[in-house]
Amino acid sequence: MSSQAHFTDFKSDKQPTWCPGCGDFGTMNGMMKALANTGNSPDDTFICAGIGCSGKIGTYMHSYALHGVHGRALPVGTGVKLANPDLEVMVAGGDGDGYSIGAGHFIHAVRRNVDMTYVVMDNRIYGLTKGQFSPTSREDFETSTSPEGTKQSPVHPLALAMAAGGSFIAQSFSSDAMRHTEIIEEAIEHDGFSLVNTYSPCVTFNDVDTYDFFRDSLIDLEDEEEEHDPTDYDQAREKIMDFDNIYQGVLYQDDDSVGYEKRLGIDEPMNEIPDGAPEGAMDLVREFY
Amino acid sequence: MPEDLNWAVGGEAGDGIDSTGKIFAQALSRAGRHVFTSKDFASRIRGGYTAYKIRTSVDELNSVVDRLDILVALTQRTIDENLDELHEDSVVIYDGERSWDAEVPDEQIPLDVPLKSLAEDAGGAIMQNVVALGAACEVANFPIEHLDSALEKRFGDKGQKLVDNNQEAARKGRDYVRENYDHDFGYDLDTTDEDYVLLNGDEAIGMGALVAGCRFYAGYPITPATNVMEYLTGRIDEYGGTVVQAEDELSAINMALGAARAGARSMTATSGPGIDLMTETFGLIATTETPLVIADVMRSGPSTGMPTKQEQGDLNMTLYGGHGEIPRFVLAPTTIAECFHKTIEAFNLAEKYQTPVYVVSDLAMAVTEQTFSPEEFDMDAVEIDRGKVVDEDDIDQYMDEQGRFQPHYDAADGISPRAFPGTVEGAHMTTGLEHDELGRRTEDTDERVQQVDKRNRKVETAQNEEDWSPREFGNEDAENLVLSWGSNEGAIREAMQELDIDVRFISVPYMFPRPDLTEAVESAEKTVVVECNATGQFADVVERDTLTRVERINKYNGVRFNADELVDRITEAFAAESEVTA
Repeated sequence: MSSQAHFTDFKSDKQPTWCPGCGDFGTMNGMMKALANTGNSPDDTFICAGIGCSGKIGTYMHSYALHGVHGRALPVGTGVKLANPDLEVMVAGGDGDGYSIGAGHFIHAVRRNVDMTYVVMDNRIYGLTKGQFSPTSREDFETSTSPEGTKQSPVHPLALAMAAGGSFIAQSFSSDAMRHTEIIEEAIEHDGFSLVNTYSPCVTFNDVDTYDFFRDSLIDLEDEEEEHDPTDYDQAREKIMDFDNIYQGVLYQDDDSVGYEKRLGIDEPMNEIPDGAPEGAMDLVREFY
Repeated sequence: MPEDLNWAVGGEAGDGIDSTGKIFAQALSRAGRHVFTSKDFASRIRGGYTAYKIRTSVDELNSVVDRLDILVALTQRTIDENLDELHEDSVVIYDGERSWDAEVPDEQIPLDVPLKSLAEDAGGAIMQNVVALGAACEVANFPIEHLDSALEKRFGDKGQKLVDNNQEAARKGRDYVRENYDHDFGYDLDTTDEDYVLLNGDEAIGMGALVAGCRFYAGYPITPATNVMEYLTGRIDEYGGTVVQAEDELSAINMALGAARAGARSMTATSGPGIDLMTETFGLIATTETPLVIADVMRSGPSTGMPTKQEQGDLNMTLYGGHGEIPRFVLAPTTIAECFHKTIEAFNLAEKYQTPVYVVSDLAMAVTEQTFSPEEFDMDAVEIDRGKVVDEDDIDQYMDEQGRFQPHYDAADGISPRAFPGTVEGAHMTTGLEHDELGRRTEDTDERVQQVDKRNRKVETAQNEEDWSPREFGNEDAENLVLSWGSNEGAIREAMQELDIDVRFISVPYMFPRPDLTEAVESAEKTVVVECNATGQFADVVERDTLTRVERINKYNGVRFNADELVDRITEAFAAESEVTA
């Protein structure tokens, strides 16, 4: 696209099937706005998603997109970005997709530090399968598969990311459109892997982690009294390991971060190849003399 | 069978057995002799018996035999393990000064060479294996200059001093035998002016991938496929590509999928247990119509099975693996050189038809080093076909009325256009859900049928447009028909030279689509299918395709077929009263 894209250019003509009031609407709008605001166009953007309500996002947005299998969106995004570093790669997932079935890939994507933005729509429940607990559900959360509570500690995504050497760790709330968009913009502009854990309430199955709950409990790191410096590792660690409070904003950012693709020396898309064997191909054979 | 020499070095894993064998194989290859190697190894890093065997001749070799003429034994177990293969003229080179808990049996010629102390004289005990190689050169009457050349290749990068020391060590071994054993061992190894190359199946797959323009490889280490990744690492970068060692096979194949969608020629390689994990994503690749090459280097299964042993047990998995119905291509190279050619073909098929393509190799090929004329790898003959890739100039013709690009356009040949991300006006959705021509989810019954038919039509198109011919050997009119797939070809061809009966041999490198064998099977009196598995997976396929019962020769003890045993088993199979009538 020659001219500057408007965020509506990232919208597809498919009507979302998310429940009315779903947090994912706000999450997606913020993603679209952030992409447009950072100068990207649908033709230069690749969105990867897995399975679940979050997985549908590629359908409702307009860009190059892949909706794959459960929990594996990060490896797909890794392959896309390494094969074409010119693309803006954004990966979307849910708390189940990213922190349960995909937890292994999550840790490795964080430490690999490929330049892409991972937005996790965290609603602390399994919505699309109709209300089972998720890895971020509270220990006393009662659902169809946890009638007496989950009896397990929840996963702390930001702490996991920090332990894995994350270079950009942030959290947002889909209903706070301005801040959510700003945070994703910062994530896009970060060189390296950016985690944005986005609270994206499920209005149908989760009556605990509601809009009101997040509105009342979120502490914005931009508030002056917080005096938070995301480049200060110790400060970031203190906030991230504070499981009694939830924060909105960029908790940690490593300004010296360099994306994995740059460290590998990949500077061009890999989609051009010679018409026949490459020049000097017989040298490959001669190695075996 | 060709006049040949069979040589082996054996010891504990960690004794440098592999590199010792490789150096000798290279020396023979550089002398213009054919070489065919095999390895016995256990699934452990140190300790445990391991051996590297070399068969060499001036004639072409395609198989192993159960005979050892010269054995370099670094441990007693090496002798014990190979007792059956030793004969009365076999020479056993060993170091009596090393802790040696038993004797070389009387039937063999014992050659006690102080390997370790001679190596120390030459500069270090570590070179005792090279001393043994020098001794072997003298026994075989093989000019040591060729060994010098192989040592130069092996150690040249590490400095002339190391090369000199090793060449000196080799001479000490040679001279020791010359001075202490006044014995004509009866060997006189001819050399030729041929310039052979020596490589194994994994290397051939890796080289084929590079030549075919593969730019992205993601994999997870697994025996016996790891060597493909190791080959590409370091080399692919020179072509602007990369290798990623992923956290597991699930990740590897999804990374490869992502790279393929971004427009790179992309592949992964693994073995059976890895294919199990990758099968989750296999259907996604097919339904999103993503070109991807997956090499399955088979080993003994099921489950962890015998990781370092041979089997052709994954045919059903590659043909049928995955839920739902999945169009795919399955190629099974029949020789190491074919591993190269079929990998190139796999990339073209994958991109032309936008499907996953399996290249099914096995441990016997992966760990076998074999000599070839460099002309076998004809680079001028390499063609690259990327299929229907559209750019901004021609994308318009694949738009719907509303100007939207249709990545799953219902083309007559089943092949829709591809737009690499970044192509202007090409933005589109790809999903594992059933989708419409735009790539968007649908549950519409007509659209479902349209897309299933479209994907299956690609296979029909390929069946008509590509050459799926098998490789044929022997007498076309013979009433005895031998069928096989994959790596058994060499052993069968060699067995045919010794058979008293006339056979027609069809070696099949295409498992799906595959050649129509009906006419061949119907015109034969009896058909025997040879394969390295217990149940006869290919034989089942042949029976289903041709509606004719076939005989089976199966082997599943973890060891490949050799020519000798096939002479007996094929003779027996055709002599036996048929249990079934056609």
